[in-house]
Amino acid sequence: MVPPADSLLPTRFADWFSGRGWSLRWHQAQLLARASARRSTLLIAPTGAGKTLAGFLPTLVDLSGPGSIEGLHTLYISPLKALAVDIARNLEEPVAEMGLLLRVEARTGDTPAARRQRQMRQPPQILLTTPEQVALMIANPEARKVFAGLRQIIVDELHALAPGKRGDLLALGLARLRVLAPQAITFGLSATVAEPDNLRRWLVDQAGGVAMADLVEVPRSLAAPADLRLLETEERLPWAGHSAQHAMAEIYREIGRHRLTLVFVNTRMQAEFVFQALWGLNEENRRIALHHGSLDVGQRRKVEAAMASGGLDAVVCTSTLDLGIDWGDVDLVINVGAPKGASRLLQRIGRANHRLDQPSKAYLVPSNRFEVLECHAAIEAARAGEQDAVTSREGALDVLAQHCLGMTVAEPVDPEALYREVTGAAPYAALEREAFDRVIRFATDGGYALRAYDRFAKIRRDGEGRLRVANARIAQAYRMNVGTIVESTMLKVHLGSAKGGALRYGRLLGEIEEYFAEGLTAGDTFVFAGEVLRFEGIVEDRVVTTRTQGKDPMIPSYNGGKFPLSTHLAARVRSMLADPDTWQALPGQVSSWLALQQGKSALPGPEDLLVETFPRGGRYYLAAFPFEGRLAHQTLGMLLTRRLERAGLQPLGFVANDYAIAIWMLRDPSIRVAAEPEFLDRLWDPDMLGDDLEEWLNESALMKRSFRACAVIAGLIERRFPGMEKKARAVTMSTDLIFDVLRKHEPDHILLQAARADAATGLMDLRRLSDLLMRIRGRIVHHDLERVSPLSVPILLEIGKEPVYGEARDQAIADEAARLLDEMGEAFGTA
Amino acid sequence: MRQSAQLNDARRAVPARILLAGHEVLLLPAGAAYLQDERLLVVADLHLGKGLAYASRGQMLPPYDSLETMRRLLALVRHWQPGRLVLLGDSIHRQTLMEASLAPVAGELDELARMVELIWIAGNHDPDLSGLPGAVAGEIELPGALRLRHEPATDGHAEIVGHLHPAARLPTRAGRQRRRCFVAGENRLLLPAFGALTGALCVSDPAIAGLFPVGRSRVFLMLGEGLAELPMAAVA
Repeated sequence: MVPPADSLLPTRFADWFSGRGWSLRWHQAQLLARASARRSTLLIAPTGAGKTLAGFLPTLVDLSGPGSIEGLHTLYISPLKALAVDIARNLEEPVAEMGLLLRVEARTGDTPAARRQRQMRQPPQILLTTPEQVALMIANPEARKVFAGLRQIIVDELHALAPGKRGDLLALGLARLRVLAPQAITFGLSATVAEPDNLRRWLVDQAGGVAMADLVEVPRSLAAPADLRLLETEERLPWAGHSAQHAMAEIYREIGRHRLTLVFVNTRMQAEFVFQALWGLNEENRRIALHHGSLDVGQRRKVEAAMASGGLDAVVCTSTLDLGIDWGDVDLVINVGAPKGASRLLQRIGRANHRLDQPSKAYLVPSNRFEVLECHAAIEAARAGEQDAVTSREGALDVLAQHCLGMTVAEPVDPEALYREVTGAAPYAALEREAFDRVIRFATDGGYALRAYDRFAKIRRDGEGRLRVANARIAQAYRMNVGTIVESTMLKVHLGSAKGGALRYGRLLGEIEEYFAEGLTAGDTFVFAGEVLRFEGIVEDRVVTTRTQGKDPMIPSYNGGKFPLSTHLAARVRSMLADPDTWQALPGQVSSWLALQQGKSALPGPEDLLVETFPRGGRYYLAAFPFEGRLAHQTLGMLLTRRLERAGLQPLGFVANDYAIAIWMLRDPSIRVAAEPEFLDRLWDPDMLGDDLEEWLNESALMKRSFRACAVIAGLIERRFPGMEKKARAVTMSTDLIFDVLRKHEPDHILLQAARADAATGLMDLRRLSDLLMRIRGRIVHHDLERVSPLSVPILLEIGKEPVYGEARDQAIADEAARLLDEMGEAFGTA
Repeated sequence: MRQSAQLNDARRAVPARILLAGHEVLLLPAGAAYLQDERLLVVADLHLGKGLAYASRGQMLPPYDSLETMRRLLALVRHWQPGRLVLLGDSIHRQTLMEASLAPVAGELDELARMVELIWIAGNHDPDLSGLPGAVAGEIELPGALRLRHEPATDGHAEIVGHLHPAARLPTRAGRQRRRCFVAGENRLLLPAFGALTGALCVSDPAIAGLFPVGRSRVFLMLGEGLAELPMAAVA
C-alpha cells in the first residue's frame, strides 16, 4: 500500500518546512505517497489549501535526490499564461532555499522563439506551460526525445479546463504524452466539483475501458464556512436591468470598511459601469482599480502588482480574476448581479481570505428582483456546498482534426495506433472508428464527397500505410493555427490626438471588438478602461481616441462574459417561488411582490410552467417562466414564434432573459386557448425540436457563428493575424458563404455536424430546452389576465434593452433602408 | 415575422431600375445587371475555381463553388433570355488553374454557350481567356459611350465595372448587417461579385468610396429575395 508520508519527505524538505513554521499538510503528504506509488491522482481542494505546492512537492523531492536528472521531468499546464509565469517565479524560492540544482522555466505564446527552440533542445527539468504550447511541442519532430524521460504531468485548474474545447485539445495532448512517456503520471488540481469521477477519468487512459485516477479530496470540514449574505439595501429594488445602480453607495461604504475588496461583475460592460459609478462617489479618494479581459495586459499587470503590494482598496473585475494567482490580502468579495451558478460563486468567494482556517466574507448584490431570488438560491447552494459546474463533454471533432494533423507533423503515424491513442482521451473515449476515419479524411483533403482535391492532400500515406504531413508549408500553417480560441476580430484602442484632420496614436489602452468600433463615428463618446473617450477615427487597425468629459457615453457591449443561469439554481428558484414559507428570508420588497403576483395571477409549483396571456398597447402578450437560462429561452423563443406564426397568431417578436420569455403578437392567443383547450400543450410539445428546429437552424446566425469557429479550429480556413489583411485590401473571406455552399451541396459534411453539435450544447442549450419540454408536459398552468402581472413586469421592461428576436434580418435591413430613404430621400428619387 | 404586405412595401422583390448613359439598367436581386434595350446581361467576378485555388494552398474550401456559381448563372440566363452575356472579368480565380477550374463545370459552360452569346472581359485574375467558348475582349462599348470593363477607369466615360466586390454594412434593430451590394453613381455602376465564394470589400473603403461621391450615389443591398436601396451616405 501507500508508504507513510513522513518517510517520503527528505530532511532538507522537512527543515525547509519547519524553517517557515509550516508543517506538511495532509493532502501534500497524500500526493507524495501517490507519486511514490506511481499513481495518477486528482486533488480536489478549496482555494487557499496550498494545492500548487502539493502538486510540485513530489517533483522537487524526486529531483533533490543524489545524481542529477537531466531533461524534462515535470510538465505543468495551466489555462492561464500568467499563472504559468507566476508559478515559475514562486518555485524559484523553495528551489533556491533548499539548494536544489534544477531549472524551472515557463513557456507561453509570449516566450521568444529562440528560447522556445532552446527549450526543445535542452529542456529544463520543470516546464510550466499552456495547452496550446503542449500541442505545439508534441507536434515537434523532437517530441519523442524531449518527453522520453518525463515523470510527472500536473494540470492546474482542471475544473475550468476540462469542460471546453481547450480541454479537448489538452486531453488529446495527454493521450499523446502517455505514449511518448508511459512512465509519467498525471496530477489534476481542481476546485470542488459536483462529479469528481468525470475529472478522474479525464486524467488517465480510457482506451482499455473506464479507468480512474486516485482521488485526494481535502474535506470541506477543514474550511471555515463562508460568511455569505445579501448586501442589504435601503433603496428601491429595480424591476429589471443589470446595473445595480441603486446599490453603489452601499458598495462604496463597504469598501471603506475593508482592507481590500474585490467587486466581481459578470460582464466587461458592467465592470466599466460599476467602476464609473464608484468613482463618481469617491469623495474619500479610495484607491479603486479596474481589471477585465479587454484591458491592455500591461495595465492588468500593474493592477495585479498594486493589489499584491497593498496599494489598492478595491478592484472592479470580471471573471479574469476568478482563477489563479493570489494577488493580495482580499478580505471582502462583493458579487454584483446574479452569480448564475453555485460553483462560480464558490470560486469567487474563495478569492477572499486565502486561508483555510478563516471564513471568506462575501456579499451578493442583486441588481433586480429576480436576481434577489437567484442570489438567495446561490447562497443556500453555497452553504450546502453544492456544485453545478459541468465537467464532462463529448470531444469536439474540429479539435480532433487539428490534433490529428499535428500528429502527422511530428512523425509518420499509424492510423490504427492513433485511433487507439485518441480514444484513450476521456472526451473521445466513445469515438466511433467511422467518425475518426472521417476526421482523418477531413484533415487530409477536406473530406468532401466530391473528391476534387486529392492532389493537394495535406496528409499523405507512405508505403506502410502511415500518415505523414505532405510538406513543410502545411506543417508551418498547422503551427500558426494551433489552438481552440477563436476570438472576434479585435481592434487596439489608443489614446491619441486629432489635429487638423491628422490622427496620431499614443498609449495603448486595450482592445474592443471590431463591430463596436465600426459603429462609431467621430465625436461619439464611450467608456473604456475606466475613462470617457472620444472616438476620433481608425488608423490602420487602431482606434484613436482622446480623453473627454462627454455626457451619456456609450458603453461598449461585448459578446462574451454572459453565462446562463445554472439548472441547479433554477430548480432552487422555482421551489422558492412555490413555497411562501421561504419568502420571509427575502427582502420585504420582494416578498410583497411575490404575494401580489399570487393575488393577481399565480405562482407555479416547482415542476409547473406558468403561462400568462394578456393584452397591452394593442398587442397580445404571452409570457412564460421556465427559469432555464437565457440561451435555452432564446432557442425556445425562436421555435415558439415559428409555431405561433403557423397558428396564424402573427407574432411580432420576443424577448428572453434567464427567467422568463415574452412573445407579442397581433392576435389574441387567449381566444385560441378558449376555443381549443389543447392549444398550449400542443404549442409546447417537445416535437418542436424536430422539423421546426431543423428549419430554423439552417438560417440561424448561431449556426453560422459556430461554423466559423469550427472552420478555424479544424484548419479549413486559416486564422488571420493583425496586419495580414492589409496586404489583400481587406477582401474578407466570409465563412457564411462557405457555410451556405456546403450546406446546399453536402449537408452532412463533418464540419457541419461539428458546428451543429457546438450550437446545440453551447449557444442553443438544446439539452436543457428538451429537459424543460419533457418536464412540463401536462403541467402548463395558464392564466388569462386582463393586464400585465407583477411577475411579467421585469421581462416586459427588457424589451428595448435586450435584443428583440424573431424578426428576419433581411426584414430589418429593408425597414431600415425604407426609414433612411424617407429621412434623407427626396434627393434620391429612383430613376 | 411581419406580414408580407408590409414586407413588399420596403423591399424590392422586383429588380431596381437605374438610368446610365441613356440605358435603362435593371439591377437583379441575384447580383447581375440587365440592359433591356440591348438584351444584354452582365455579371462580374465569378472567380470560378476559387475553392480549388485555396485547396492548392492547403485550405480545403468546399469544391462546389464553381458548380454553384454556374448553376445560378444558368438560372438567370434561362429566366431573362438575354442575347448576350458579358462576364466582366475575374471569371477565373487563378489563371494557372484555369483548365482544372473549368473541368467540373464543363457541361454547364457548354449549355450556357448554347443559350447565349458569351463575351469574356479579361480581368486581373484572368488576363488570358483564350480557349473559352464565345468572344474575348479587353472592354466593350455600347451605344451612348457606355463602357463595360473589369476595373473602374477615370477616363470620364460612363461605365459598368466589377473588380471591387462591394458590400455594405448597415446598423439595424437586428444588429449590424453586412450584404453584398450594387453601387450606382451618376456615371458608373459597380456590380457585386457573382461567385459563390467571393469575399467582399466594404463600400466605405477608399477604393470604392473614392469613386462614388456621397451626395450623388446609391447602394442596393442584396437581400435574400430582393434589394434594399440606400443613399451612399447611409453606409459609407
